[in-house]
Amino acid sequence: MPEEKADQACPDPRPFWSGSIAFGLINLPVSLYAAYRRHRVALRMVDEDGTLLRRRYYCPHDEQELTAAEIIRGYAVAEETFVMVEDEELDAVAPEQAREIDLRRFVPAADIDPMYFERAYFLTPGEGAVKAYRLLAQSMQYEQRAGIATVVMRGTAHLIAIIAEHGILRAETLRFHDELRSPEDIGLPALEQGERARVQAFRKSIRSRSRKTLPRRLLADRYDAAMRERIDYKLRHDEDVIHAPTESAEAEDARDDDEIDLMQVLRDSLQQKETATGQGRSGGDGHEKSRAASGRKHDGDGKRNQASLERLTKSELYRRARKLDVSGRSSMTKAELAKAISGTTDKRH
Amino acid sequence: MTARAMWKGIIRFGAVRVPVKLYSAIEDQDVHFRLLHRQDRTPVRQVMVNPETDRVVAFADTRRGYLTRTGDVVMLDEDDREALQPQAGRDIEVLDFLPPSAIDHRWYARPYYLGPDDANDDYFALITALEESDRVGLARWVMRKREYVGALRLHQGYPMLVALRHAEEVVPLDTLEPPDGPRLDRKELSMARQLISMLEAPFEPQSYHDEQRARILDLIETKRRGGRVKIVPMRRTQASTNVSEALQASLEQERRHA
Repeated sequence: MPEEKADQACPDPRPFWSGSIAFGLINLPVSLYAAYRRHRVALRMVDEDGTLLRRRYYCPHDEQELTAAEIIRGYAVAEETFVMVEDEELDAVAPEQAREIDLRRFVPAADIDPMYFERAYFLTPGEGAVKAYRLLAQSMQYEQRAGIATVVMRGTAHLIAIIAEHGILRAETLRFHDELRSPEDIGLPALEQGERARVQAFRKSIRSRSRKTLPRRLLADRYDAAMRERIDYKLRHDEDVIHAPTESAEAEDARDDDEIDLMQVLRDSLQQKETATGQGRSGGDGHEKSRAASGRKHDGDGKRNQASLERLTKSELYRRARKLDVSGRSSMTKAELAKAISGTTDKRH
Repeated sequence: MTARAMWKGIIRFGAVRVPVKLYSAIEDQDVHFRLLHRQDRTPVRQVMVNPETDRVVAFADTRRGYLTRTGDVVMLDEDDREALQPQAGRDIEVLDFLPPSAIDHRWYARPYYLGPDDANDDYFALITALEESDRVGLARWVMRKREYVGALRLHQGYPMLVALRHAEEVVPLDTLEPPDGPRLDRKELSMARQLISMLEAPFEPQSYHDEQRARILDLIETKRRGGRVKIVPMRRTQASTNVSEALQASLEQERRHA
């Protein structure tokens, strides 16, 4: 249960949440994937010899190292007195209908003040839901509406806006009204009209700096770019670089931590085909097509043994697993991926 | 009640200079938990350990390094990292002004209110000018050793800076392919649009409350008194198989409710 905060190099390729949307009487299973890429250079905590450190949890009484199963959340009801709460209990206190996205209200998408926006997630259709997904996305886009609902995800309630753009549905979590302060809470002064001459001068300045679109380059992370440059410099000059002994455990670790590109998982989930259990006519066809495609791709791959596969990076293995349509690939470790891929290739030859 | 300012800065563009104070617009309402050792209900201690020797390394003795693909570690000490930090300063430099719709929701990260610092004249002139020109400023500033780019906009008539995410973080939509399939049925599309229109409403943020917070506090109270909670696992729902029929029935249901 404790979440790793020190080393965030390996994001979880599983969805943030899976559940369903109720749109009228239509039931639309979906998964949520973060709409953001983790982009910053990950600095690790190391000791003076450059050994990667691991976070561990101890009980202060007996100095015993604790496993995740031995750790539980506690809420302080008095000093040093805690009520223990299981993760499952946090979910279970919400009635079942609170755990699905019930789209009962559609509001003009432009009416939501940006200060409410917290995080965005892309929605991908669950099994058999591709058609309903496309239908909802297209209709919402036509109508320029955002669907609003509250939903309990992973034990926490979220106010969310479902927005359709570019044929893709996304969920933006919004802050609840009472999580935001009002100008009165801050104690801001009563509003007054600005003095005319000053306002005119300000407006002129605003006009001269106006443009139509957001320049992405102004939003570049300059700190991160500088950090990468510094690291490259040190590597080129072999300065402060602690070399790994060849094929050390650490090098193995490094490759295993190599992250699967979340975008790859997302693209993959968006493109899954309508299945036979799905909607009528179109279902069967889509399924046939995907089988045929993966079959073709895989013939070109030829036979591979597991040992040579293990030399590949995790993301390369994931890419191959995806081509081969290996099920459960997004939650596999590097070794499991290699095994699954070699298994598939062996079977088919 | 008056909130404490977290930072002071000066909004600048052209000859304009408006001294302001920043206030966080967010108030944390989360229920906070500690991590405990299950057996003896004691808060756990987190330590960093060298996994090869099992030796505990005090936080003050930990260093930072970048791990390369080949397993080499590039050490970056505090001086290195400090040298990369942006120059501290008081300027909130407005780089551009944009139509409000130019910034997609996904960019917005965290809002801060701006209050006047010293004189109010320029503060009110800025508000009126922003209101009349219907533009959002794109501003850059350095606060607490971090560089921010934010949107300068009005909320209930008051200026705010909403910190934005970095370009590298926000996935451009055109790099994603929407789910594909055969052309959608026109009748079904029109029914879906009709259903959306029937559920049209204004956005009223005050009408939504975090009921889960109260449920969690109730749960804690129940457990404190020695009570138990039944755990009902969520059943997995199936996708509707006949969209057309479901739409038809939904429309009829809404008409009855109307």
